[in-house]
Amino acid sequence: MFPEQLKVPLGKWVNQFVDWLVINYGAAFEAFADSLLTLLVALEQVLRGAPWWLVLIAIAAITWHASKNWKLVLGLVIAMFIIGMLGLWDKAMQTLALMIVATSLSVVIGIPVGIAMAMSNRLRAIMLPILDTMQTMPSFVYLIPALMLFGLGKVPAILATVIYAAPPVIRLTDLGIRLVDPEVLEASRSFGASRKQILFGVQLPLALPNIMAGINQTTMMSISMVVIASMIGARGLGEQVLMGIQRLDVGAGMEAGIAIVLLAVVFDRIGQAYGKRSQRTPNTGDAQ
Amino acid sequence: MTEKIVVKDLYKVFGERPDQAMQMINDGIDKDEIFDRTGQTVGVCGANFTVHEGEIFVVMGLSGSGKSTLVRLLNRLIEPTSGQVLYDGVDIAAMSDEELRALRRSDMAMVFQSFALMPHLSVIDNAAFGLELAGVDEAERHERALAALDQVGLKAHANSYPDELSGGMQQRVGLARALANDPAVMLMDEAFSALDPLIRTEMQDELLTLQREHKRTIIFISHDLDEAMRIGDRIAIMQGGIVVQVGSPEEILNNPANDYVKSFFRGVDVSTILSAKDIAVKRQVTVIEREGVGLKTAINRLNKEDREFGYVVGDKIDFHGVISIDSLDEAIKAGKTKLSEAFLPDVEPISGDTQVSDLIGTVAHAPCGVPVIGENGKYLGVIKKANLLATLDREGDGING
Repeated sequence: MFPEQLKVPLGKWVNQFVDWLVINYGAAFEAFADSLLTLLVALEQVLRGAPWWLVLIAIAAITWHASKNWKLVLGLVIAMFIIGMLGLWDKAMQTLALMIVATSLSVVIGIPVGIAMAMSNRLRAIMLPILDTMQTMPSFVYLIPALMLFGLGKVPAILATVIYAAPPVIRLTDLGIRLVDPEVLEASRSFGASRKQILFGVQLPLALPNIMAGINQTTMMSISMVVIASMIGARGLGEQVLMGIQRLDVGAGMEAGIAIVLLAVVFDRIGQAYGKRSQRTPNTGDAQ
Repeated sequence: MTEKIVVKDLYKVFGERPDQAMQMINDGIDKDEIFDRTGQTVGVCGANFTVHEGEIFVVMGLSGSGKSTLVRLLNRLIEPTSGQVLYDGVDIAAMSDEELRALRRSDMAMVFQSFALMPHLSVIDNAAFGLELAGVDEAERHERALAALDQVGLKAHANSYPDELSGGMQQRVGLARALANDPAVMLMDEAFSALDPLIRTEMQDELLTLQREHKRTIIFISHDLDEAMRIGDRIAIMQGGIVVQVGSPEEILNNPANDYVKSFFRGVDVSTILSAKDIAVKRQVTVIEREGVGLKTAINRLNKEDREFGYVVGDKIDFHGVISIDSLDEAIKAGKTKLSEAFLPDVEPISGDTQVSDLIGTVAHAPCGVPVIGENGKYLGVIKKANLLATLDREGDGING
């Protein structure tokens, strides 16, 4: 038996810290939560309010824009159609809204952090273990502080999702920038490029395929997390899975599971198509 | 000649504490010992040289001799540890970041061994890269980039991407990128070393053609002696971070500063580097053709010097012809009086710019040493079989000795 007096009351400290946060900054958290919620609700209303065929057309258009491949367009439209046939259309739209907001937030936070990590070895040394922790910590664990700070509902679900899903885009932004050929950077400097010109004109465009891969992974991870987040009151497909578990209703769980997989496939394929396109754009109109 | 770039006491130490290494250099400790004791590398050690406006200045040395570091000190891609780089009299080492960027954008362009093109930009955008950084608007920069691509013969590929081009073509894009800025100085870091030999020669010729049109100041880094000899107006040779010799190709070939410099020339075909004027010797008997110098005077002179042949020149040392004791005798017997009537008919002078490789046949078949003439027919000396063989052998120390 390990001696009792050597036990460090870490759990107590963390609880005290979270309490302190809630007492002192509760108002600030609430204001932040409100603005996030407004955004999410608006998006959810649009997606759930739109006729199902309009959503299908939008997905087809995005897929076509990304891949220029009509087989893929057809496949993804069918996948979405099946979700509707399973009777889970409305729940899928709720999940989609959560996922879009969480992914956007992850990318908006992740890319600048990744850039900063690529610029500073010291920051990188600090961030790497933090990112490892964020990814390996069982995701249920940070549902708790999110819950305490923001209460039940969609906002803590989004924040927990961001924590879980942001690391890939951060890592791959950092990696992509670091992989840019040093000779190309030297050439840029030799022609008088400033740091800003190097970042936006050379490093980011060349890191783009990696960044796109990071965004794709982040999207996938946010889908899986959004499902888990149903445990703290996020609505959507996860809710259905949770219900299946609670009632031992295998069929309902199965239906929801299939819908989640299909949704993931749709977003993975769209993300990959954009990633492939970003590697080089010689013959498309938007290549300057 | 105007001094374009003057390098004064330039040092570069790579390491944590350059001041410590600089102190040791001042104490006369050599760089190997500095590395052993402090772990710091002396990249360039006390470089001093001047590059004139409009010349191709080649910096040559083996890998690790500091030549690539040296060229990067000139545009401060690497910060000098101490010393000055004067560009038109202004010290680059003391410039602010702003001034330095302006200099790199307008005055100094660089061409890299690995081409270093932007893979995400089309050929024309690559060529316009420097102009874009300088804030030139799109219409103008595309026009200027296209003109630069035209100069290197790649106008037709303006919309290709670098990975669709061969190595030689990629380096032409690199060259066009540098030319588009219309720089006064071009720094070329082993620019042609990654190309195969045939393409390399082609690019060298192209560079020389460009150079004839616009006299730019070019600093060219190379490890290839043939290349250096071919394109360099002057050559600096580096060994272990030290500039050991600066001079014209012939000067270096004729008077190598040390064994390291000499070792470069082993295996080099000197006959393609030296020309007739470099190996002509002025120790033959010359007879100046003027009033009062007749056939008798000439024959006396040859007999007195114990020579069989004599070279007749005018009062401005312009070459007139070759005489021999036999031809003089015959002319006297025939009752002739003028020197010109005793000239050997089958000895033609050769131009001083003829490459040694092209005159071997002439020298081998001539009955006497072949006279060499320069501009306006000026007599430069004679090439005999013996000094031609000595040149081709290259084991003798110097050719004129």
